[in-house]
Amino acid sequence: MWLDPSNPQLNTNGELHHLLSLEGLPAEVLRQILDTAVSFAGVTQREVKKVPLLRGKAVFNLFFEPSTRTRTTFEIAAKRLSADVINLAINVSSQSKGESVLDTVANLAAMQADMFVVRHAASGAPHLIARHVAQDIHVINAGDGRHSHPTQGLLDMFTIRHYKGDFNQLRVAIVGDILHSRVARSQIHALTTLGCPEIRVIGPKTLLPAQVNRLGVHVYPDMHQGLKDVDVVMMLRLQNERMNGALLPSAQEFYKNYGLTDDKLALAKPDAIVLHPGPMNRGVEIDSSVADGKQSVILPQVTFGIAVRMAVMSILAGNS
Amino acid sequence: MKIHLKNGHLIDPLNGINALRDVFIAAGKIVAIGEAPTDFHANRTVDVSGRIICPGLVDLAVRLREPGYEYLATLESEMQAAIAGGVTSLACPPDTDPPLDEPGLVEMLKYRAKNLHQCHVYPIGALTVGLKGSRLTEMAELHDAGCVAFAQAEAPFADTQVLRHALQYASTFDFPVWLRPQDPALARHGVAHDGEVATRLGLPAIPVTAETVALSTILIIAQETGARIHIARLSSAEGVAMVREAKARGLPITCDIGIHHAHLSEMDIGYFDPNCHLRPPLRSSRDRDALRAGVIDGTIDAICSDHTPVDEDAKQLPFSEAEPGATGVELLLPLTLKWAAESKLDLVSALAKITSLPAAILGIAAGHLSVGATADICVFDPERLWQVSAQTLKSQGKNTPYSGFELRGRVTHTLVNGNIAFEEIV
Repeated sequence: MWLDPSNPQLNTNGELHHLLSLEGLPAEVLRQILDTAVSFAGVTQREVKKVPLLRGKAVFNLFFEPSTRTRTTFEIAAKRLSADVINLAINVSSQSKGESVLDTVANLAAMQADMFVVRHAASGAPHLIARHVAQDIHVINAGDGRHSHPTQGLLDMFTIRHYKGDFNQLRVAIVGDILHSRVARSQIHALTTLGCPEIRVIGPKTLLPAQVNRLGVHVYPDMHQGLKDVDVVMMLRLQNERMNGALLPSAQEFYKNYGLTDDKLALAKPDAIVLHPGPMNRGVEIDSSVADGKQSVILPQVTFGIAVRMAVMSILAGNS
Repeated sequence: MKIHLKNGHLIDPLNGINALRDVFIAAGKIVAIGEAPTDFHANRTVDVSGRIICPGLVDLAVRLREPGYEYLATLESEMQAAIAGGVTSLACPPDTDPPLDEPGLVEMLKYRAKNLHQCHVYPIGALTVGLKGSRLTEMAELHDAGCVAFAQAEAPFADTQVLRHALQYASTFDFPVWLRPQDPALARHGVAHDGEVATRLGLPAIPVTAETVALSTILIIAQETGARIHIARLSSAEGVAMVREAKARGLPITCDIGIHHAHLSEMDIGYFDPNCHLRPPLRSSRDRDALRAGVIDGTIDAICSDHTPVDEDAKQLPFSEAEPGATGVELLLPLTLKWAAESKLDLVSALAKITSLPAAILGIAAGHLSVGATADICVFDPERLWQVSAQTLKSQGKNTPYSGFELRGRVTHTLVNGNIAFEEIV
């Protein structure tokens, strides 16, 4: 067994072999990724934006669920590392023919893949794939169900660290649909591991998972109280299908209570920053004047996302 | 065939025997306990010193997968597994394909089972046609064909009206109805207990209220109709409290749990272990402790295996897409022994939960070793450690959370109708 059975992301030397979730990753591993990403952020500013770290390696983007932004940033990250990138939108090909996830992966592994970047609608799918691939293949979770979106969580940490320096004095609020959000879970695990002393989750009770406080967060159903004196506001995307129904009466009422407006943002610290994983619903979870305002770091997040994904891929390749 | 079981320690919960006793068997019956009858000449004498002789186990839920799911398991494989586990009588739920909703299907199942000369099979008939939850089955016909009770398995009722009518109709003939309390709407899309683990792993959740709301409805309609209700597979502390309260005020209900729920909790899901995807879901350790306490105080009458063989293809999927259930008929005895040891419960009381008490729920003359009774007997070595693995399990389903574990207690002989149906090959 080359993987640590108590944490299937790490090899027995404690190094990252797969990136499946931020839960259970030691702070040193998270810092190593963030530090490595700093150097790649420089690469992305250069005229020739390429380094040869993954030359000759084949990275397969396995997207069992549609995505444009995440897939594109992974593709750019892999190409800047000089890897060969193969994009597969599997929801429209083999899955509709009834092939199982593991059969699909086994076939692609037979085409000499070195790395799988996996997005799947079911929580735990990347864990399943990681358990069954050959020893020399790395799996990166690009979002699974409601479980985890580790590279998003990492790029959010990169962004916070970039603007705030450190985590151990910060008060952070995560706002919106926590229940269905893999992003929120990844942010919570990363923040607790990196030493953030106060994490707040803000949302109506229909969108808060059971016993969420056990993850180490404070629950604030009232956004006004929840935003008071925070350093970082992390907004979540509200999926269209959840706006009108038994979870929420309407997008308008959600906006009124949980949409981030200038007035509500004024409750946070004056230098608070605003993050959003995108794509945004302007006028639902966030007002345009905030999204485009001076406290917003939403576009830098996207830029940093490429550096962070380059860091993850290069570290995994180096731990072969 | 005359058999003499010699030097064994006999535990017979119904008759309160817990002592060294020899057992003498002739013509399929127990003819004497202790001293040999005059002129008894055994064809076979089996020295079972150091072992326990107890009634053959009675398991209230074993999916044999026939008809319809023969690719998952067959009568042959699962009945061999049952006798290897010391089970001599089993009830099979109606969730086959087609479901057990016609007398012909039930007769065929009974006929096939009988010809295999292994354990006794007691089919549970479908309460509604196709288990679709709307039209009642011909319960009287099904009863004549051999159904001992009626159930809806995991399928929902179209509405509460159908449930009420089903209970009224069944009570007309005094047929027992077995119900797994789960509100279908509250459980919709859920795959794990609505608690810390589902929150961490992002798994769609089934709240405890899915059980308690349904249970409350069942208890109220049971009271109104006077139907004989058996509550199957309770999972929560609140559910146990409700059943305890209902029994205290005299409602004639019985109740069981699956053996996995006496041991495991949501924590055992770990990193999405599909073998811990069970129905009902594994709940919190607080719920598990309440189930254990409920078994000891008699709120929960019986423990069953809820045996569900599932093949690799259906399990090697993301957790929520994997087929629920665990193989268990061969683990019922060792896991009951483990629970008894951990609970510091005496073996007589523990074995009652898998012998005499489930037999009473089924209404069959089994689960005891009285003189004159059918010789359905389990002999096991209570100290023997064995490793659970694909090789050691006879069931076609190798899906178990206990894969790789060492368990204590191994069946060495199983007698059905006075014949040695299973004998461990050493």
